[in-house]
Amino acid sequence: MSTFILIALTGLALAAMYFLLAAGLSLIFGLMDVLNFAHGAFFTWGAYAAWWTIGQVSPGARGSTGGFLLALLVAPLVGAALAAAVEVGLLRRLYARPIYQVLVTLGVGLALSQLTSVIWRPDARPFPQPAWLAATSTVLGARVPNNRFLLIGAAVVVLAGMLLFLRKTRYGLVVRAGAENREMVQALGIDVDRAFTVVFALGGALAGLGGLFGAAYFGAIDPHLGSVNLIFAFIVVVIGGLGSIGGSALAAVIIGLAQQFGNYYTTWAGDFVVVLLLAVVLLVRPRGLLGAKH
Amino acid sequence: MRGEHELMGVHEGLGRYRALIPVAVLVALLAVPALPLRLPGLFDGPLNSPGNLQLLAVGFALGIAALSYNLLFGYTGVLSFGHALFFGAGVYLPTIALRKWRWDLGPALAFTLLAGVLLALAVGALALRTKGVYFAMVTLAFAQAGAVLVGKDPGGLTGGEEGLSLPTRPLPRWMVGVVNTDNLYWLTLAVLIAVYLLALRLITSPAGHVWQGIRENEGRVELLGLRPYLFKLLAFVISGALATVAGIVYLFLLSGANPRAVSADFTVTLLLMVIIGGSGSLWGPVAGALLYHYLNVRLTVWAGTPAVAGLPAILGQPLRDPLFIFGIVFILLVLFFPRGLAGAFAGRRLRPLARALGGTVPAREPRPRGEI
Repeated sequence: MSTFILIALTGLALAAMYFLLAAGLSLIFGLMDVLNFAHGAFFTWGAYAAWWTIGQVSPGARGSTGGFLLALLVAPLVGAALAAAVEVGLLRRLYARPIYQVLVTLGVGLALSQLTSVIWRPDARPFPQPAWLAATSTVLGARVPNNRFLLIGAAVVVLAGMLLFLRKTRYGLVVRAGAENREMVQALGIDVDRAFTVVFALGGALAGLGGLFGAAYFGAIDPHLGSVNLIFAFIVVVIGGLGSIGGSALAAVIIGLAQQFGNYYTTWAGDFVVVLLLAVVLLVRPRGLLGAKH
Repeated sequence: MRGEHELMGVHEGLGRYRALIPVAVLVALLAVPALPLRLPGLFDGPLNSPGNLQLLAVGFALGIAALSYNLLFGYTGVLSFGHALFFGAGVYLPTIALRKWRWDLGPALAFTLLAGVLLALAVGALALRTKGVYFAMVTLAFAQAGAVLVGKDPGGLTGGEEGLSLPTRPLPRWMVGVVNTDNLYWLTLAVLIAVYLLALRLITSPAGHVWQGIRENEGRVELLGLRPYLFKLLAFVISGALATVAGIVYLFLLSGANPRAVSADFTVTLLLMVIIGGSGSLWGPVAGALLYHYLNVRLTVWAGTPAVAGLPAILGQPLRDPLFIFGIVFILLVLFFPRGLAGAFAGRRLRPLARALGGTVPAREPRPRGEI
């Protein structure tokens, strides 16, 4: 029983990390039709920004709580700043050429991820977290690291916040309307370009936050942290349905749990089950679990 | 082709001999193993040293892979991120068959080709049910499944992160050892030429015209009563099978299988080669692959020279990390030279040369825009 709880909670934490990546991807795609391959690099930069911040505040193998709280602020800011720069500096020039947008994000992803390796060397580095975060709590006999709970909590807060943002705010309205019919929104005199930048920056912030939590989850960071998780985030987005935040959350939970339970039995079954699930969803329901018909 | 006569008039001199240009390139490439030419700075030692022949031959093998990828990306307008799966099959399956199952070379290669075709058929049939971004992500996921399988080393079959070396016992003697690098060079070049001619035949065939029609406007192809799905599947399977062939010659050159060959990064590398060379022609991606591989090897060599070692870290460090530079190059190319080398050659002055090399010169921007 305690093993079951441990795997389930670890799976949910993994799901939370995937969701933080997938939510931004899905939002960006829903509004802008851009498949953002640079998203993994924002995640990696969030992780490195957090690691750097904690290292500056409290050098040593154990991070301080103050450093962690500051990192909680810095990581999403770095993600958002990078994303906004990419959107304004590069993507905006290419709105007439969608396939080149994908290619540019691919180049940005490659260069940005590799830049961490240029600056901080390619080796993996241990991620210093405060003692209370790395410590375990006992739930029904299972000893679960506290960072798992924090990750799950953060994802729930983000999910609620995004649903509120999309449904209750004026910006959310613009985003939802822009996803439906961009030209019409523009014709109504609304600055869609600015909405694009905001959505892109928001996605980058979520990815940066995901990077911080991902670093805590894995306990170490390296330049490929983002690109590895990006692939699973893509799977989550496809299974959940592009453009649907709720779908992403649902799919993330399914994928995270399937992967953890699969990996418990053999070292590779988890990743395989995930791809198998993807294949089944594609055969039965190509637009994803909660995706709109298009 | 637009403006053919006018161009013929302007470039009468070159135009008359343009059929000779590919022949000249071919003769030059075939002669390389016999040329003790020294190009200091560009190549270490004479051009026909085993090391340099290996460098060129690996470039050819990657060229075959890039060319196969471009049948899908440049000619059919389908952006797949799963190409490494088929290249990786060409690298891993013969190694496993020869090393673990102790098969002979012939059956091992026949099995690999068959498996490559069936794999492409299965993945393509499933993934092509989706379009655009979905297709890109789905193919990426399938390729990732392959990479995971190879990395986790099920049953000790793939060697995991370490990879697997190719046993020399089942290979014919002329393929084994550094002294026979020139034989491998010619073998790879021959395969490249064969694949190139096949691809040329394909893109000028009726099916090839449908592919390009799908690239331009899939809906219109459907209105004509054709089923784009089947034509895209055909392109996917042919392209996958040719990538398997590329994997096989690559394996012979490197005498071993390495998990990098199935990684998602490898597909991105292929895309980069295609973009460098230009997606609108057959020869562009081959040239792009050669240039990419050459730079990938030489940049690290240059990074080790005293001149670069003396540079401040902020300049020297990126040179030791070719992927960073390629990322930047990728962005600049997409922004400013989306037609790549082939596009540059298609400019007025170089157009006859480009045409002589057998490419369809992109009159405008290459437009793989049906998808995404």
